[in-house]
Amino acid sequence: MSPISRGFRGRRRAPAGQEGRLPPGQYLTEDFPVLSAGPTPHTPLADWTFSITQGGATEQSWSWQEFRAVPSEDVTADIHCVTRWSKFDTRWRGVSVDTLLDQAGQDAPYVLAFCDGGYTTNLPIEDVTGGKAWVAFDYDGQPLEPEHGGPARLLVPHLYFWKSAKWVRGLALRDHDAPGFWETYGYHMYGDPWKEQRYAGD
Amino acid sequence: MERTAVRGRLTWQAATVTGLTPETAAVVTITLDPPDWPGHQAGQHLDVRLTAEDGYVAERSYSIASAPGEPLAITVERLEDGEVSPYLTEELRAGDQLELRGPIGGYFVWKPADASPLTLLAGGSGVVPLRAILRDRLRTGSDVPARLLYSARTLPDVIYRDELGQHHDGVAVSYTLTRAQPPGWTGHTGRIDAGLLADAAWPATAKPLAYVCGPTSFVETAAAGLVGLGYPPDRVKTERFGATGGH
Repeated sequence: MSPISRGFRGRRRAPAGQEGRLPPGQYLTEDFPVLSAGPTPHTPLADWTFSITQGGATEQSWSWQEFRAVPSEDVTADIHCVTRWSKFDTRWRGVSVDTLLDQAGQDAPYVLAFCDGGYTTNLPIEDVTGGKAWVAFDYDGQPLEPEHGGPARLLVPHLYFWKSAKWVRGLALRDHDAPGFWETYGYHMYGDPWKEQRYAGD
Repeated sequence: MERTAVRGRLTWQAATVTGLTPETAAVVTITLDPPDWPGHQAGQHLDVRLTAEDGYVAERSYSIASAPGEPLAITVERLEDGEVSPYLTEELRAGDQLELRGPIGGYFVWKPADASPLTLLAGGSGVVPLRAILRDRLRTGSDVPARLLYSARTLPDVIYRDELGQHHDGVAVSYTLTRAQPPGWTGHTGRIDAGLLADAAWPATAKPLAYVCGPTSFVETAAAGLVGLGYPPDRVKTERFGATGGH
């Protein structure tokens, strides 16, 4: 039982009628805050590729041009950052991870997303398939800005947003789950915002 | 010291507020006595939880301002549209209980055994974890040379000004004031840019380790500037907070 914080009333409650959209411990923001562990990388599109790898071998790779030729779709989703902001109805365009995995013709129980700058994050395959994850390249009708992960980032809106890896360059298919970058530093292996899985052990 | 990477669940505990020290008109340092603090590393943060009478809960993260081994402290800037920071800076009193858990974060940390020269770039209250690093450096007798460049709006907005002025051996502190400067100001003026960074940061040839903390626009410019000076990106650790990030 938490002690009452004398005189605290709270100002950022969920809007009336939308309480059910805000996971526990989150507050709604209209901004789009930026969080990342290092400098923003700027990979020229001519050098950009997206790869599906397995066991160290590249099974499929797309250049930017090839990637943009893959059918894409519009996605509107609520997103939830572990630092406690949530943003409703964010609008993206991206390629479904289902489509990419289908083209690669590969399967495995886990993936590790890898990125420019060395960032990684781990996800079960069920969380990036079945219409739950995209490689997004537009945000709000515009090309995704570098500080928000452009040219392309993973979009997995049902998990805390650190799983939606910025500057994503591919997915490594894996037989076993292994922690990515933040997961190594004490963040939760799965990251379900509805269960408040912020840190290891939550 | 590696305990944070492997320890289990971070549990909430009610710490006693032992002191509140105003740093500037909008910034307060809160010293805390938690019943079971496992220790931390300079640069880490902790989570604070407030509970209203009707059960409504608000949580936020704050950088730890104290060095490992010192009484635990956080330094909080009041944000006008904030929910938690106005409470912490205006309502909280010595003797109150404050729920917290931590320490959190294992990347934006400094280890006293690291021999790299330190380039520390602070924007506004981003100075807080960098202050913890400088205090840890002093307490552990580290002799790594450190350069801190601190960007603030005006001189009265500078946090820890007296303390930062007391660092001597091997620590160089410089300021840039972006909005207004007092008469006779001889420090830098205006927002950081490539020229100022080249002047205030260690050259890449010194193989420095950089910690950059501040609002997003500051961190973007500073981190990109260091990369432009030849710093490998993995030697530039950043911590950002949105200008209206809601603390």
